Amino acid sequence: MAKKVLVFAEARDNELRNVSFEAIGAGKEIAAGGEVIAVVVGENVSSLTDPLFHYGADRVIKVEDQKLKNYTSDGYGQAFLQIVDSVDPDAILMPHTSIGKDLAPRLASKLDAGLVSDATGIELDGEEVIFTRPIYSGKAFEKKKVKEGIILATIRPNNIDALEIDESRSGEVFEESVNIKDLRTIVKEVVRKSTSGVDLSEAKVIVAGGRGVKSEEGFEPLQELADLLGAAVGASRGACDADYCDYSLQIGQTGKVVTPDLYIACGISGAIQHLAGMSNSKVIVAINKDPEASIFSVADYGIVGDLFEVVPLLTEEFKKVLQTN
Amino acid sequence: MNIYVIMKRTFDTEEKIVIENGKISEEGVEFIINPYDEYAIEEAIQLRDDHGGEVTVVSIGDEDVEKELRTALAMGADKAVLINNEDLDESDQYTTTALLAAYFEDKEYDIILGGNVSNDNSTGQVGPRLAEKLGIAYVTTITKLDIDGTTATMERDVEGDMEIVEAQLPLLVTAQQGLNEPRYPSLPGIMKAKKKPLEEIDYDDLDVEDDEIEAKTETIERYLPPKKEAGKVLEGELGDQVEELVKLLRQEAKVI
Repeated sequence: MAKKVLVFAEARDNELRNVSFEAIGAGKEIAAGGEVIAVVVGENVSSLTDPLFHYGADRVIKVEDQKLKNYTSDGYGQAFLQIVDSVDPDAILMPHTSIGKDLAPRLASKLDAGLVSDATGIELDGEEVIFTRPIYSGKAFEKKKVKEGIILATIRPNNIDALEIDESRSGEVFEESVNIKDLRTIVKEVVRKSTSGVDLSEAKVIVAGGRGVKSEEGFEPLQELADLLGAAVGASRGACDADYCDYSLQIGQTGKVVTPDLYIACGISGAIQHLAGMSNSKVIVAINKDPEASIFSVADYGIVGDLFEVVPLLTEEFKKVLQTN
Repeated sequence: MNIYVIMKRTFDTEEKIVIENGKISEEGVEFIINPYDEYAIEEAIQLRDDHGGEVTVVSIGDEDVEKELRTALAMGADKAVLINNEDLDESDQYTTTALLAAYFEDKEYDIILGGNVSNDNSTGQVGPRLAEKLGIAYVTTITKLDIDGTTATMERDVEGDMEIVEAQLPLLVTAQQGLNEPRYPSLPGIMKAKKKPLEEIDYDDLDVEDDEIEAKTETIERYLPPKKEAGKVLEGELGDQVEELVKLLRQEAKVI
């Protein structure tokens, strides 16, 4: 049976995040011929509605309010609940991002509903929607469903395909005004720390460093390669514990779990706790001095050598071939 | 201050996963306090030392969780509570929240701390779900916490960026890595912990009906990811290897 699916479209720096389009793609699959309604929320989001149609939304609801300038669980929670009430969807999808992780459980709790977090795949079995999700940071997977009632899920970036963009698609934008009161949390300031602007969880390419980078400065050649490839820089726990970089870069069972198209591991030995966070990347390159390092066991391509020699050479080589194209 | 920590016992991060009869095998597995909950416990102890009051650590599970609760007491928590759910067939984040909400119903708390996620199921649901049920505000993934009177000022990790957030107590917060450096239990701490109160409550004794704790989700299957075959380790002059790698990434793997 066709379903009505509500998708939370998330923007960052007034640009829709790719995972929002992936969530619409997921919504299309669940809707099975039904309607996908995208909601976009913020202070000023009028410029964001067109792409949502291009990526498959049947209807778009925009909510603009000064109190929604910064994300707060109270502000967004109230706005979103009001939309849920008026739309009465069969399923709600959100990106598994900082905002989705913070907001979805609250919504689920308010609706007394089941929530499948961090879904990496969706399949339909008759009427049932079955989600795949990693457990133990990707050391294993489970298939899970919501038993009854409204279905809530958060979608991990980079795993479910968005529909092909079709700029001829359009539709009607509905504007909802919301009544937001009593914000119990106040965002005083947002401090930008990410250096390259490429978010780890959404990055298509990640250049990561381990203890082998030896110092804070040791990350510089990795950053250069990352900048060239439009990649994000990540790190192993070893590098974070040694204070070579901020904990926000940590990839592993504690830290972030990532699934980019390309993961370049530099001077990372490959402890099981790190492998859990990255071994489901599509293609893995390992660069390590130690030929016995366990990172080679999950790598598609390996170079045994000193990262301080290999990484700059790699940057040069990429510069050469990317220029000729 | 009445300080509570919600804690989960999880697999050690070094453990490999074995699936037997569709379930994750616990045979021979080392258990630990969920690493993110450890930050919560440490922060709770520091809050108590600065502001006075009491730290109570609450966990749900079977009797084996007593070990991790004793560890929390040895770190410096004052009291521990185990909500025993051994006889409960199925449980999900909805169930856990309902049990905790029933426990907290008649408690007075200024702040409840937990980890932002567990390293097993990694849903991060229980903190926000519980705050919603208790009708209090919450702030997730915090890396710094200061309390002045009834005002809490926090830094939170937002995908690498940092947000400074203010909220009033009572409040629920979830800890992100970087919040603090959890202490190891000292020998005197371990000795003292043996005498500290550890209360065990059967989930049945909480004021909650069976249909209020019935899981909303169901796991159909668990499986291991396909084993990755070891790849190609390149050989030859370093310059040639790099050239070959770039060619392979572009032509064979087609990722660049």
